[in-house]
Amino acid sequence: MATLIVLLPLIPAVVAALVAIFGWNLATAWAGPVACLTTAGIGVVLAVHVLDHGPASAFGGQLRVDALSALMIIFIGVVGSISAVYGIAYLRTELDNGSTTARRAKLFGVLMQLTIAAMLVVVVADNLGVLWVAIETTTIATVLLVGHRRDRASVEASWKYLVLGSVGVATALLGTVLVYFVSRHSGIDASSALRWSTLVEHAGALDPGALRVAMGFVVVGYGTKAGLAPVHSWIPDAYSQAPAPVAALMSGVLSSMSMYALLRLKVVADIALGAGFVRGLLLVAALFSLVAAASLMVTQRDYKRLLAYSSVEHMGLVALAAAIGSPLAMSAALLHLIGHGLAKSVAFCSSGELLFATGTTHIARVRGLLYQRRFIGATFGLSALALVAMPPFSIFASELAILRAGISDRLTWAIVIAAVLLLVIFGAVAVHSLNMLAGEDPPGAGHMELTGHTSSITARIPLVGGLVLAAAIGITIWPISRLLDTAAKVLAR
Amino acid sequence: MSKTAFVQLLDLAAGLVLVISFAALWLRRLATVARMIAVQGLALAAVAAVIGIYEHESELVGVAVLVGILRAGVLPGLIRRAVRAGDELREVESIINVPASLLAASALTLVSYATTRDVVALSPAPQVRAIPLGIAVVLIGMLMIVTRRKAVLQMMAVLMIDNGIALVMFLGTSGVPLAIELGIASDVLLAVFILQVLTNRIRTKFGGTDLDQLRALRD
Repeated sequence: MATLIVLLPLIPAVVAALVAIFGWNLATAWAGPVACLTTAGIGVVLAVHVLDHGPASAFGGQLRVDALSALMIIFIGVVGSISAVYGIAYLRTELDNGSTTARRAKLFGVLMQLTIAAMLVVVVADNLGVLWVAIETTTIATVLLVGHRRDRASVEASWKYLVLGSVGVATALLGTVLVYFVSRHSGIDASSALRWSTLVEHAGALDPGALRVAMGFVVVGYGTKAGLAPVHSWIPDAYSQAPAPVAALMSGVLSSMSMYALLRLKVVADIALGAGFVRGLLLVAALFSLVAAASLMVTQRDYKRLLAYSSVEHMGLVALAAAIGSPLAMSAALLHLIGHGLAKSVAFCSSGELLFATGTTHIARVRGLLYQRRFIGATFGLSALALVAMPPFSIFASELAILRAGISDRLTWAIVIAAVLLLVIFGAVAVHSLNMLAGEDPPGAGHMELTGHTSSITARIPLVGGLVLAAAIGITIWPISRLLDTAAKVLAR
Repeated sequence: MSKTAFVQLLDLAAGLVLVISFAALWLRRLATVARMIAVQGLALAAVAAVIGIYEHESELVGVAVLVGILRAGVLPGLIRRAVRAGDELREVESIINVPASLLAASALTLVSYATTRDVVALSPAPQVRAIPLGIAVVLIGMLMIVTRRKAVLQMMAVLMIDNGIALVMFLGTSGVPLAIELGIASDVLLAVFILQVLTNRIRTKFGGTDLDQLRALRD
């Protein structure tokens, strides 16, 4: 098992090296999805092992895989595959129409795989310092991906993302340093003072006053990177300017990495400080996120920004579930992360196809899509349905579970506010996407202009696959239910 | 080194790190602010060196040398390149004036003392007593990001925030384990490097590094 754990982040790293050496060609391009599927497969093997024998560790305990890590590994592998396969189709289109060069395609391929490698380090590291370094690495790698097109808007988005992202993760680092300080002063030796498993064991001995300061910084820091309001302002810019496969990766799974860090640290804080402190912070962030998302989705004019705000909404819901903190809420939170990751990556990938087909990101200039480009219209529409929690998709189940968990945990007031905001968001998404899919051209304006772009088979496979998966775990949860429950137990109060 | 000499040297160096943050808000020329950030890196290295010598930890003295090279040499060098590349007016532009900035910075210093009382109470060591200084530097760096409208200045502010965190790190625990410290250092180096690359792109696309021009993306 130890070898598999060490091997895990090395696989995408090797692919990155291959792309760097041989350039972006048919073989190196397909090595990316193969690497992602391999990591997902290793994740399944690890999950089976962990469920039977308990957590496995490697590298003298620096790396550790428990049920939660295994679940996250599979998640990264699957969503990584969706965006990597679509990335191949995306770059082929861009190379064909001359909007990117072979050099930029190579950089794109290298950075995508490096981001995936860093994410795998995030979920297998048992050390909060290593976890921080890995998350900062993902920021650095994705900044250049956001700026892939190098026009004014993408330069602006990548600048805002890097500055706000750096400040955010710097705050998390300050918090981590203070956690280290507190843990050293409670007598834990230097080599294991940042180890998550050690901190959980000794959480009762940590000084609550000082730890509270540290946790405040950590929550704000990782919250910024996860895209929780009120520090979410980089999200719509970065996701709307990033190339579609990058937005799929960032929104689908990268934002979950900071959420994962938050959830892990919350376990330590809940034991040492009681449940109230982090719960209060998360509750504020959750409601803020839902309000920000709802108000800006109603008036939204750009479909990629619409999807970006939907990410703020869903991260807010996960924060709400984390604030509730019961076992039911935590397994709902994890299911929600996964369901959102699948649906949102499909939504962003189909928005890429939509942009190729229409040349615009304006909602008002896309009309009657279902009649003219049936495949793009269908995938965009279905993923929008999934995102507003329609059955059979799994977000339906997880959202319902979060609301139920909140009511049984005496947070009814928060649940009522959240439910109202969710209805507003439902209305906004429904109106916007119905107009885009079946609406008629407004009087006076000309017909929607279509380019000759047709979706290749490479672009179609990940879109259909992602939707099928999202529906499958919505219909029957049993293949992952045991893993999900065990992972939730790691996190629940 | 005697205990009194240690305390005085430590307070001097740590105090200097904070004072320079104030100076960075007050000075008008970009090149001078950039030089100040380099001096701050030097003062930070001095803090690490003083603690290392007093506690007879040769590893920490070695780290101090590395910190000096990185934060007083390499990183400020990248910033100077970004400053020199610009033809535009090389002066600080801020959305609030200097007295207001200084007042805000003083308030932030008080806030950092108030919030870290529990942290300082953990240990009577003179290093730990100075931790609020580091947090104040971080907060002033954030103030600078919010109020300064030039790409290079935001770049310097990111570096200042990082210096503040490093100060907390040395004061609180004489640094974190070396492997993690190296990871942090290389990430910071990469981030500042990419900031410099982006500054160049902003300049070619927008004809200057005035961030008020970056307003295409909004709702």
